[in-house]
Amino acid sequence: MAAGSPAAMFCQLMRKRVPDTILKLDHVGVSFDALKAVDDVTLRVRRGERRAIIGPNGAGKTTLFNAITGVVPPTSGRVEFDGRDITRMPPHRRAACGISRTFQITNLFPSLTVEQNMQLALCGLTPRKFSLLGSGGLTDTERDQADRALALSRLGPRARSLVSELSYGEQRQLEMAMALAPGPRLLLLDEPAAGLSPAERVIVADVIRSLPAEITIVLIEHDMDLVLSLVDWVTCLNNGRFLAEGAPAEIRGNAEIQDVYLGKAHRHA
Amino acid sequence: MVLLALAVLPAVLPSYQVSVVTQVLIFSVLAMSIDILAGFAGRTSLGHGAIFGVSSYVAIYWSSTLGGDIWIGIALGILAATALAGVFAALAIRTSGVYFLLLTLALGMIVWGVCLRWTAVTGGENGLRGVGRPAFIADHASFYYAVLIIVAPLTWLMWRLVHSPFGLTLRGIRDSESRMRSLGYNVPLHLFVAFVLSGFFAGVAGGLYVLFNNFVSPSTVQLSQSVSALLMAITGGVGTLLGSFVGAAAIIVLENAVSAYTARWPSVLGIAFVLIMIFAPEGVVGRARLLLARRRSRSSKPDHSGG
Repeated sequence: MAAGSPAAMFCQLMRKRVPDTILKLDHVGVSFDALKAVDDVTLRVRRGERRAIIGPNGAGKTTLFNAITGVVPPTSGRVEFDGRDITRMPPHRRAACGISRTFQITNLFPSLTVEQNMQLALCGLTPRKFSLLGSGGLTDTERDQADRALALSRLGPRARSLVSELSYGEQRQLEMAMALAPGPRLLLLDEPAAGLSPAERVIVADVIRSLPAEITIVLIEHDMDLVLSLVDWVTCLNNGRFLAEGAPAEIRGNAEIQDVYLGKAHRHA
Repeated sequence: MVLLALAVLPAVLPSYQVSVVTQVLIFSVLAMSIDILAGFAGRTSLGHGAIFGVSSYVAIYWSSTLGGDIWIGIALGILAATALAGVFAALAIRTSGVYFLLLTLALGMIVWGVCLRWTAVTGGENGLRGVGRPAFIADHASFYYAVLIIVAPLTWLMWRLVHSPFGLTLRGIRDSESRMRSLGYNVPLHLFVAFVLSGFFAGVAGGLYVLFNNFVSPSTVQLSQSVSALLMAITGGVGTLLGSFVGAAAIIVLENAVSAYTARWPSVLGIAFVLIMIFAPEGVVGRARLLLARRRSRSSKPDHSGG
């Protein structure tokens, strides 16, 4: 269900060294003093999979992302990426492994131009970031990469605009473009459609659908209609704990999830 | 054009004014070194006076007390300043905002305390007197040119630095550390490098100051030194780099004017600080740029930006 065509599955099976699971969480816990934000979560994400993490507010979804990206190292358990133990690795080295993310609350460089934002997104994993006297601006290769990522996220030709001058919707698109720019293998999307209008949500969904199949995507999203149409597999958290997982159709029918999440969400919506 | 004006200056100004301009050039370097951190990395340091002063102390101690060569002394001073900046950086880079400010302030106070109490080496409150300038730069005009010849390429170096890909990473860190980390940047490492480079430039300024002043005392490393240099950067416009020249000129001219009437320079400095923070927090050059950008965006399409 995950990696697309049978041929692709076969190729992956042939590459024995590369495990089929790209992200593996074993009994991961994150505690802030007495509060267990994430409690004993175990999950596997396959290469190329589209996975949603759902759950009510305070379920620990973003904290789980922070544990995967290293912003908040897990207080217990183990995180493995592509067969490598990254539990204690700092965030910038995880990024170098191919993990990229967007933020729930737009997290850009507001005083810089779109182009400079893209340059920072592209240079994070290259030695050019230490060029002390080199000229600024994008190289030709970087410009191509930036244009490709901007086209994927459908942000228009606004390279010279300051980020603070962009509309909120455009900022969300830049958020996505910056996460895509370095060519990640695992992309973590934290509520990519948060705060967008219904029309803009449709665009975001299209963007996510059109992303290259080899990028594994884990997605946090509150909009159930949006999320269930995008992913192969859904993990539901509640109070920091694993509650259930399954294909979107099963999740729709799961009474327990209806209770803690869908029911509430629908009543409020 | 500015360089040309600076080049002919000694021909038209009396020697006292030439020496004031020389002082402005030296302190511009110190102010720019602070601006690298404050304006680009978003880390305002109150420890740069100490880094600057340590360079002066080492240079004078070497050349005067130990009787060594003045140029080697200055080189050692710059080295010491850079090393001290490394120590400051190692302790301070994990903090930001007011904590960074207070930590660099405290570190600067320690240096001041050492300079005041370690009488055997620093001469305590009496300070240390230097051996004077080498003959070929002894007069005001030739010393001015020597300083100009050093400050011009230093300014170019700092300008390139803040506009390099590395400089861009500093601005990224200023805007969002968490985004930088998730993009693969080792944020503390970038800040460390920036701090050490900044310390190097402050050290060069300290070396030039030895030649200028021929005397160093605890007041060279004390807090007000850091504050006035920071104020120069702010007056000119934090994040503009070259604004430091404007700021240094304004503060030093003000200091000279005020000291003709009163000995309460620190009070005047404090009042100036308050007024600038209230009425022109973006500084002279920063304000000018804003006005220019506003006019440009009114007259033409905003897609052709100069910044």
